[in-house]
Amino acid sequence: MSAVIEPRVEYDVESIRRDFPILKRLARGKHLVYLDNAATTQKPRQVIDRIVRYYSEENSNVHRGVHYLSELATVEYENARGYVQRFINARDVKEIVFTRGTTESINLVAQTWGRKNVGAGDEILISAIEHHSNIVPWQMLCAEKNATLRIVPVADNGELLIDEYERMLNPRVKLVAVGHGSNALGTINPIKRMIAAAHANGSLVLIDGAQGVPHMRVDVQDHGSDFYAFSGHKVYGPTGVGVLYGREALLDAMPPWQGGGDMILSVSFEKTTYNALPYKFEAGTPNIAGVIGLAAALEYVSSIGLDAIAAYEHELLVYATNRLREIEGLRIIGTAREKAAVISFVLEGVHPHDIGTILDQEGIAVRTGHHCAQPVMLRYNIPATGRASFGLYNTKEEADVLVAGLRKVIEVFR
Amino acid sequence: MSDLRELYQQVILDHNKNPRNFHEMADATRHVDGYNPLCGDHYTIFVRTDGDTIADVSFTGNGCAISKASASVMSSTVKGKSKEEAENLFHTFHRLVTGDTSGLSAADLGRLAAFSGVSEFPARVKCATLAWHTLKSALDGQAESVSTE
Repeated sequence: MSAVIEPRVEYDVESIRRDFPILKRLARGKHLVYLDNAATTQKPRQVIDRIVRYYSEENSNVHRGVHYLSELATVEYENARGYVQRFINARDVKEIVFTRGTTESINLVAQTWGRKNVGAGDEILISAIEHHSNIVPWQMLCAEKNATLRIVPVADNGELLIDEYERMLNPRVKLVAVGHGSNALGTINPIKRMIAAAHANGSLVLIDGAQGVPHMRVDVQDHGSDFYAFSGHKVYGPTGVGVLYGREALLDAMPPWQGGGDMILSVSFEKTTYNALPYKFEAGTPNIAGVIGLAAALEYVSSIGLDAIAAYEHELLVYATNRLREIEGLRIIGTAREKAAVISFVLEGVHPHDIGTILDQEGIAVRTGHHCAQPVMLRYNIPATGRASFGLYNTKEEADVLVAGLRKVIEVFR
Repeated sequence: MSDLRELYQQVILDHNKNPRNFHEMADATRHVDGYNPLCGDHYTIFVRTDGDTIADVSFTGNGCAISKASASVMSSTVKGKSKEEAENLFHTFHRLVTGDTSGLSAADLGRLAAFSGVSEFPARVKCATLAWHTLKSALDGQAESVSTE
């Protein structure tokens, strides 16, 4: 785990599929066609085996014991942090805080940096296509501080109105919080440009990277975000673990969040001294197996190559989009020029929930509903959508199965 | 396909496409909103009661075929019934869609029988019962809105 592994030369999806045990199983008696990757991804054997090995051979608490296993677990846990640091090209391991996931990472920033730095009359900018996890923590903060939450509007094709965004930047804007990619529409936001504009305005930027890290190479120094949050389970790692990257100077100046073990240097009833970064933000026994599994997942996607994954998923997106457009009465919601392999759609005369049930009978897993992005549904004046989201193991044949399934939906409702 | 045909019976497809009593009611005694936050289904049920009798029922809103057809069939089934009869029908309907059908006869069920396929699809029970829960709340005179979660 000492270096980021060189990518495989060729994209061999069949060999990749063999790494994922669950893809062999049947669903409702049919071959599983898993197209719900924006909700969570399946796990490769490399991740599953790594977690099994941790519990079978290495399990102990970290940063506590002097005994052999505790040292071993601590080394593996901290090696994982080092891997994450190199994976997103952070300057220092101190800038990598492990959390329960993207949601907790965002809440951490809102409750610590936000409470300290946002006051009455200040503004926080988010976009019209955010996931609830990048809306609600800021609403809570704004309500507490009498600050204003302002919404960067989105064009009909799902792209943010960047000129409008740049006009909205003003001296009161303390923070811009936007998604790297939209889970509901697939839009990839031009975060480098948005961050540069925010910094020129003196505002900090938090990027919700839940839909960034799984689909493309992320370099936090290159794009310049102040905070970057992502989840393990959306990038082929375990649930219940995520990352908050923060620039060291910012994290250093932030008050701690949860109190407990591991986040302290010394405790007495008179005075407690907090631990150094990143431990200041990691109270209690962390999700050790999850962190080690997350590193294994990042190692796995690195072994395939992030650029190769991005290129392959784009090929899938183009193919599936064209195939879906053949279906009469189907409308794709979100057609941004820069898009992850996420396709939200509505079918005339059929509610997405019914689509989901009928596709499920064919072994096809799609998400139906509002995708934890109710404001997006309101913006497009639809109650819900069906969503097919592709991952690194999906195939064009699976897109064909989806199209055949949708034809069955139409048949039932004709 | 057989389970699907069982779920999406002709009666359901018909009521989904042409819902009965699908309008607001100006002289409603009460109206209550029903939500299924999981899938975004949202209906408003209007009731006009005359003493103990449900004189009229209507609804507006949107959601999946199962929830809309259920609201439609319910509205035409309970119209003219007493509150107690409507409650009993809900109880019968609930048993039907959760697969607890022992002792239920075709006569008990009437048009509600079209929802017999729902019991094979546990994720859809909430869709089928949303309108009924909302009606019950309107008749009980309690909440202004009902949620399945």
